[in-house]
Amino acid sequence: MDPTHTGTTRTATGTPPGAGVSGSDRPRLARHVRLAFCRTRQRKILLHPETVVVLNASGADILELCDGQHTVTEIVSELGARYQTVPEDEVRQFLTRLVARRWLEVTDG
Amino acid sequence: MDSPFGLLAELTYRCPLACPYCSNPLNMAGYQDELATDEWRRVLVEASDLGVLQCHLSGGEPLLRRDLVEIVRDAHDLGLYTNLITSALGLSRPRAEQLRAAGLDHVQISIQSDEPTVSDRIAGIPSFRRKIEAMGLVKELGWPLTMNVVLHRHNIDRVADVLALAEDVGADRVELANTQYYGWAWRNRDALLPSRAQLEAAEVVVRAARERLQDRMDIIYVIPDYYSRYPKPCMGGWASRQLTVTPNGDVLPCPAAHSLPLPRASVRDDPLELIWAEAPVMTAFRGTDWMPEPCRSCFRREVDFGGCRCQAFLLTGDAARTDPVCYLSPDHDLVARAVEAANADSRNDDLPLVPRPHRPGLPLVACPRPARPGGRGSPC
Repeated sequence: MDPTHTGTTRTATGTPPGAGVSGSDRPRLARHVRLAFCRTRQRKILLHPETVVVLNASGADILELCDGQHTVTEIVSELGARYQTVPEDEVRQFLTRLVARRWLEVTDG
Repeated sequence: MDSPFGLLAELTYRCPLACPYCSNPLNMAGYQDELATDEWRRVLVEASDLGVLQCHLSGGEPLLRRDLVEIVRDAHDLGLYTNLITSALGLSRPRAEQLRAAGLDHVQISIQSDEPTVSDRIAGIPSFRRKIEAMGLVKELGWPLTMNVVLHRHNIDRVADVLALAEDVGADRVELANTQYYGWAWRNRDALLPSRAQLEAAEVVVRAARERLQDRMDIIYVIPDYYSRYPKPCMGGWASRQLTVTPNGDVLPCPAAHSLPLPRASVRDDPLELIWAEAPVMTAFRGTDWMPEPCRSCFRREVDFGGCRCQAFLLTGDAARTDPVCYLSPDHDLVARAVEAANADSRNDDLPLVPRPHRPGLPLVACPRPARPGGRGSPC
């Protein structure tokens, strides 16, 4: 995940330290974040007020499952089924980073 | 050469506010022939084709454009993430509802201080109360809200109160941006530059607030580069990720590059794609080939890209020099002297602030500096 800052004179941004996510959390995109497709780059992208993240295939798949319905455990298991090469820990870490940045919100249980 | 991610659409330089730190150019009269609605539509289409994903609608005050709703709708229909950067003056309920319906994604509202009289004095117009009301409206209509505050010598001591206000209004993000010295801010630099003690105190407050509010609010703190060891990686590199279109259609790699001695490029003359790829204003400092020493052989050349070209130009008269903010720059003394003056015991604390005019052609009147927080001063 390599966020690109698109603000004007940005020199530093705060990434608050985030707690981990638990298996029963149901993540969904925060309301100021949008998942979209960029035809120029032919990639899924995550849009935030001043940042763009160009997603790889597994990142895009994870975020599409972040619909407030699937639990973290379900997302991890679904990704494991789709990609033999994506370790569970990485999926969890990806979600944790996005929660810490407040790009994902979680509801418990 | 990469595709740009963001377009800063500066729709107009007209503004109801007169903030002395405005980054708009000093010669605003050169930008009065504003692009028409259909010209902006074409710019947005060309930007989207070029790979732009975000459209920041700014100014001046973008709400002064009567066609703002149409422009937002066009950007939204192209799939761009739309972000309105506004003083909030003119954000009536009907206008806000129209913008919401047109697909506006996010609203950033500036305040000049948490304290009404200080905010109004810095803005040069009674505006604080309307801004707070507009923030309520933004939340009510379900938008994410960012509160923008430019920090400088006359309000940085209030940063704790500013953060408390951001919490009160339910801001999702707050941007505390130390003044960057371009345009009117450059002109007012010596009156605006805070002392080291002021900055250190503010940073303690910001760190604590981030810790306390981490689940509720993003706190973005833009550091004052005059006090940095290394320069900022300005715009992520010259003409690398973003472009700016000025009210009259000039295309720039950043919102401060108006005055650089490079040939104009305009969307009225050429397609955006051609300008991005080939115009001298884009290619002059793209990549690392242009770099002088000490940047050329520096291990940070791909980290901070030599810093800011506009700052190098303003300080040294040569845009191709290392950003003098860098402690390795042969011109670093220019920054060190300004910092020294801002910290001198003998500093004259009544340096005048020149407000930017609301529109070109109005006479400039130097106004007294804003009073200390809570104090009284004559209005600008």
